[in-house]
Amino acid sequence: MSEEGTNNTGKKSRVPMREQAPLVRAKNFEEVPYGYSEEEAIQEAKRCLKCKKPLCVEGCPVNVKIPEFVGLIAEGKFAEAARKLKETNALPAVCGRVCPQEEQCESRCILGKKGEPVAVGNLERFAADWEREKGVVEIPACKPKNGKKVAIVGSGPAGLTCAGELIKEGFDVTIFEALHETGGVLVYGIPEFRLPKEIVKKEIEFLEKLGVTIERNFIIGKTATVDDLLNDEGYSAVFVGSGAGLPSFMKIKGENNIGVYSANEYLTRSNLMRAYSSTSATPIMKGKRAITVGGGNVAMDAARTALRLGADKSMIVYRRSKEEMPARKAEVHHAEEEGIEFNLLCNPVEILSDENGFVTALRCVKMELGEPDASGRRKPVVVAGSEYDIPCDVVIIAIGNTPNPLIPSTTPDISVSKWGTIVTDETTGRTSKKFVYAGGDIVTGAATVILAMGAGKVAAKSIIEDLK
Amino acid sequence: MFRILKREQLSEQVWRYRLDAPRIANKRKAGQFIILRPTSQSERIPLTIANANADEGWIEIIFQVVGKTTMVLQALQEGSSILDLAGPLGKPTHIEKFGKCLCIGGGVGVAPLYPIVCALKAAGNELTTVIGARNKSLLILEKEMAAQSDLFIPTTDDGSNGRKGFVSDVFKELIGKGEIFDAAFVIGPVMMMKVTTTLTVAEKIPTFASLNPIMIDGTGMCGGCRVSVNGETKFACVDGPEFDAAGIDWNELIRRLNSYKMFESKARDDHNCHLEGALK
Repeated sequence: MSEEGTNNTGKKSRVPMREQAPLVRAKNFEEVPYGYSEEEAIQEAKRCLKCKKPLCVEGCPVNVKIPEFVGLIAEGKFAEAARKLKETNALPAVCGRVCPQEEQCESRCILGKKGEPVAVGNLERFAADWEREKGVVEIPACKPKNGKKVAIVGSGPAGLTCAGELIKEGFDVTIFEALHETGGVLVYGIPEFRLPKEIVKKEIEFLEKLGVTIERNFIIGKTATVDDLLNDEGYSAVFVGSGAGLPSFMKIKGENNIGVYSANEYLTRSNLMRAYSSTSATPIMKGKRAITVGGGNVAMDAARTALRLGADKSMIVYRRSKEEMPARKAEVHHAEEEGIEFNLLCNPVEILSDENGFVTALRCVKMELGEPDASGRRKPVVVAGSEYDIPCDVVIIAIGNTPNPLIPSTTPDISVSKWGTIVTDETTGRTSKKFVYAGGDIVTGAATVILAMGAGKVAAKSIIEDLK
Repeated sequence: MFRILKREQLSEQVWRYRLDAPRIANKRKAGQFIILRPTSQSERIPLTIANANADEGWIEIIFQVVGKTTMVLQALQEGSSILDLAGPLGKPTHIEKFGKCLCIGGGVGVAPLYPIVCALKAAGNELTTVIGARNKSLLILEKEMAAQSDLFIPTTDDGSNGRKGFVSDVFKELIGKGEIFDAAFVIGPVMMMKVTTTLTVAEKIPTFASLNPIMIDGTGMCGGCRVSVNGETKFACVDGPEFDAAGIDWNELIRRLNSYKMFESKARDDHNCHLEGALK
C-alpha cells in the first residue's frame, strides 16, 4: 500500500469524504458526498497546525476564522464551531459545499505544501450540518431597531448575506425575489445532488426568524422600480444582487431547434420546477443522448443532471483542452466518475434536426491550441476539414450569461459597463446612484457564490456607514 | 397569494378572473402579461393582462382551458387564491396616433387584444376591429370590443354569429373595398396570426403580432421563449411579446410551441407500448 491516501493518522493525508458510488448516484438526485461523521471530523480537524499567521484566512473572501472553528471541532465543540463560522459567514452549510476551497483557503494551507491541505470545506459543512440537524441553531440577538428600511433585490447569495448583516444591525430588511421561491441560483441553478434545497430553505428560514421580510413574485424594475422603493416606499437604501441574467447562445444554425436548452432553462426546469419528479407538471426533454456545450461548473451541473434524468450517454463538448476548463477539478472528477464523456478541443458549428425540428446531432469541428489570447489561455483554432457529427437528442448550452438589463434600464442613473454589468466601487459596493449598492454576478459577471457573499457583506458595511 | 375577486365563464372553455393585485394593476400597460402558478404542483404559465383598474387594485386575465395548468386554474373558486403571480412583464405595446388602425383577434387572442384596442382608442386612432372564433359560443368580448371600435366586425367559422368565415377573409374584403390602414395589430392562435399577418404585410401595413411562446421565469433568465425575428434570436419575455410581424419566423414558433405536445404524445405512445407488452 502506498503511503499517501491510506494513512489517516498522519498529517499528510486528509480524511476522505464518503460518497455515493458513481454508478448509483448517476441515477438519483440525492447528494453525492455523505459528509463527515463526528469521529472523522475530529480526526480531520486535528490535522490543523494552528499557524500563528493563518494564510487560509487570507485566502477566504469573507475571512472565515478557520483555525478557530477547526480547533473547536477538534475539541468536539461542534455547535460552538458552527457559531464561530457564522460570525463571518452567513451560509456555512452552502459554502462548505459549493465554495472552490482548492483555490481559496485550502490552496494556502501549509500542509498542502508536502501533502494534502486541511479539508476546510468538509469541516465547514460538517459543523453547519451538525448544528442544523441537531436543531441547536441559535438565533443571535439583533441590535434594537433603528427605524430605517433597506430593500434587497434578489434572494441569492449576495442578497441573503447583505440581508443577514443588516438585520443584525437593527435595520428593517425586505428582500424582493422575482421567482416564487427564494435562494436565487442556489435553488434554480445548483442541482439537488450538489446542494440539497432543504439546506437553502433552512438558511432562509433562519433569516426570516431574525426578522427579514421576503416578498416573492416581486420583480424590481417591473412590479416596482428602484426609484419607487427610494422615493415612495420609504426605503433608505437599496442593494441590488439580481444575479447573472440572460443566457448566451452560440449564434449557430439550429439553435432554436426543439431539444436545445440554455443551461439556465434546463436547470430551472429540473431544480426549481422539479421536472425530474414524476409529480411535477413542468416537462423536460429526457434525452437519450445529451450534449452540454461548455466547460464551467454550470456545464458540469447540466451534464450530470442529464445523466440523472435518464440519458444513456451524457457528453460535454468544450472548445479548449481540459487544462483551460473553468470548472472546479472536483466537479470534473465527479462528472468523469459518473461516466460523462468529454469531447475536448471540439467546437459546435451547427445543430441538426429532423423535419419536425427535433435535434438529431451536433455538428462540430476539431480545434487545436494556438497562441495565448487575451485571457492568457491558448486560443483554440479550427483544424481544417475536421467537421463531424455527434448524434444527440438534447443540446444544453452552458457558455455563460449576459447581465439582465431590467434594473439598469429602469434606473437610468445607475452606471453600467460596456458589458452591461453594474459599475460599483469594489471596496464599498456603492453604485453611481446615491444609496444604491450592488454586488454579485450583476457586478462581476458570472462568478462564485462566495464572491457574491463577500460583495453582499461589503455593501452591508457601506450601508451601515452611509445611513448612520 | 392573489385572491380571485370575480370568476366568470365567457364561453365553454374560456374564463375571466378578476384578481386582487394592486401593484401590478398600478404598473401595467397595454400589451403586458403576468406569469402565474395556480398551486405548488403547477407549471408557471404566461397570460396577458386583459384589463385592469389601478384605483380598485385589480387585474383581469382571460384564459382557455387547454392543459393541466389551466385546468387547475379553472378549478379555483371565487374567493380562493392563486399561489404565485408576478408581473407586469414584457414591453408594453407601442401606442401612438397612427391614424387608422386595424385590430384583428382570434379565439382567446381577443382577450389580449382588448387592452390594446382601448389604448389605441384613447390615443385618438380610428379603429376597425375584427374578431373571430370557431362558433358563436367561443366568441368573447363582443360588447366590449364594439364599444371601443368605429367599425366592428365579428365573424365565426360556421356563421353562427356575425358573418361566416375567417378573420383573414374579412381583411381581404376590407382591402377589396379600398380600405387603407396605417397599422395592424393581430393576436390569436399562431396559425391564424401567420395567415393573417402574411396578408397585412403583403399590403404593406406595419403589423404587430403578440407572441405567446413557452416561458418559465418571464424575466429573461431561461431563454425558453426565444423566437427568430428578422433572422435574430429574441426573447419574447423581455424583447416582446409584440414583434414586427413581417420578420417573425412563424414555422419555428409553431414547432417550438409544439415541443412538449409531441413529447407528451410520444410518452403516451411509449406508455401504451408497455401496456400492450404486459397484456401479451
